[in-house]
Amino acid sequence: MWQAFREDVKAQGVEVVTVGIDTAGPEACRSFIEAADPQHPSLIDEHHRVAELFGVVNIPNAVWIDEDGMIVRPAETSPAPPSVGVERTPNQRAMEDPPARVVEMMAHASQITYDAPTYEAAMRDWIANGADSEFALAPDQVIDRSGTRNEDTARGVAHFELATHFELAGAHEAAIGHFRQAHELVPDNFAYRRQAWSLEPSVEGPLARFWQGPLEGQEADWPYESDWNTDVKEMGAPNYYAEWKP
Amino acid sequence: MITETLTVSRADFETRTGWQLKPEGACKGDICVPLAENPQGGTINLATLAPQLNMPLVHDEAHGVWALGPESMGSRVLATVEAPNLTLPTLDGETFELASLRGKKVVLVAWSPY
Repeated sequence: MWQAFREDVKAQGVEVVTVGIDTAGPEACRSFIEAADPQHPSLIDEHHRVAELFGVVNIPNAVWIDEDGMIVRPAETSPAPPSVGVERTPNQRAMEDPPARVVEMMAHASQITYDAPTYEAAMRDWIANGADSEFALAPDQVIDRSGTRNEDTARGVAHFELATHFELAGAHEAAIGHFRQAHELVPDNFAYRRQAWSLEPSVEGPLARFWQGPLEGQEADWPYESDWNTDVKEMGAPNYYAEWKP
Repeated sequence: MITETLTVSRADFETRTGWQLKPEGACKGDICVPLAENPQGGTINLATLAPQLNMPLVHDEAHGVWALGPESMGSRVLATVEAPNLTLPTLDGETFELASLRGKKVVLVAWSPY
């Protein structure tokens, strides 16, 4: 868990900042944050500013910033440090008799791969050695690895902000059209898709926001081109996160 | 940046986009873009300024709202490695600025509850 990692390394002049990206806002994040009880800054990002500013395209993603405010690693997959606690995700919670859709999601999720120990070791190396760490990238590498931003993706970011603006104003139908535009224009941003899917009518209870697809028998009403299961099946679960490069 | 008018406060534009309007042009980190005409006074016209910075203006006509998107300078999200001053609320609504952590290393982690 990030809170335990932060306590372990804070004496070395490092701070962890966690950002909950959710248009559903602070109340949607509250129970998770209160359970983690972070002593570090814990922020709420209703408009996915971290996508616009840093190129975050999925969660968890992290950015490393040095003492002078210079980015030394751009947004990349950032599994929670395993040495200081067990990462818990909703998919790992025990569930009795889960619905078929969730069984399929869990089967996909079980094939999603990341290398948490390697990522943690790299982080600790940078924290100890700063610019001398082999994992602190040169400026041209940071920029090169920071994701695609052309005129299309920039327009997609603008559409996404219109979508979150309308969603927060209670105009859900107006938001859908702009979410769709954002999905088309920024196809590598999986968080943009998951955000929109998670705001659609869903099952009751704790699975509501993880359903991320049409309800059975209501497929024709689903307003998006895809859904979590379809997308992950198509990309192949092992490709859900890009392979981490040192 | 969401706006109902194409004329916006210069201060809002600078805070929201990270671009600073200086005598030499619009600057962000180590990049400065000379402008055809330097904005005077406290307001700016996005219709004039946005194209010069290659920032999209997307209009939702039905609702009378514009969104100003980010610049595309090269082909990458980051045009400079200088970290933008991410400014977001905490759970309790207090405003937090990333720049307040200058002097420390920062690991900025994005997560979501869905």
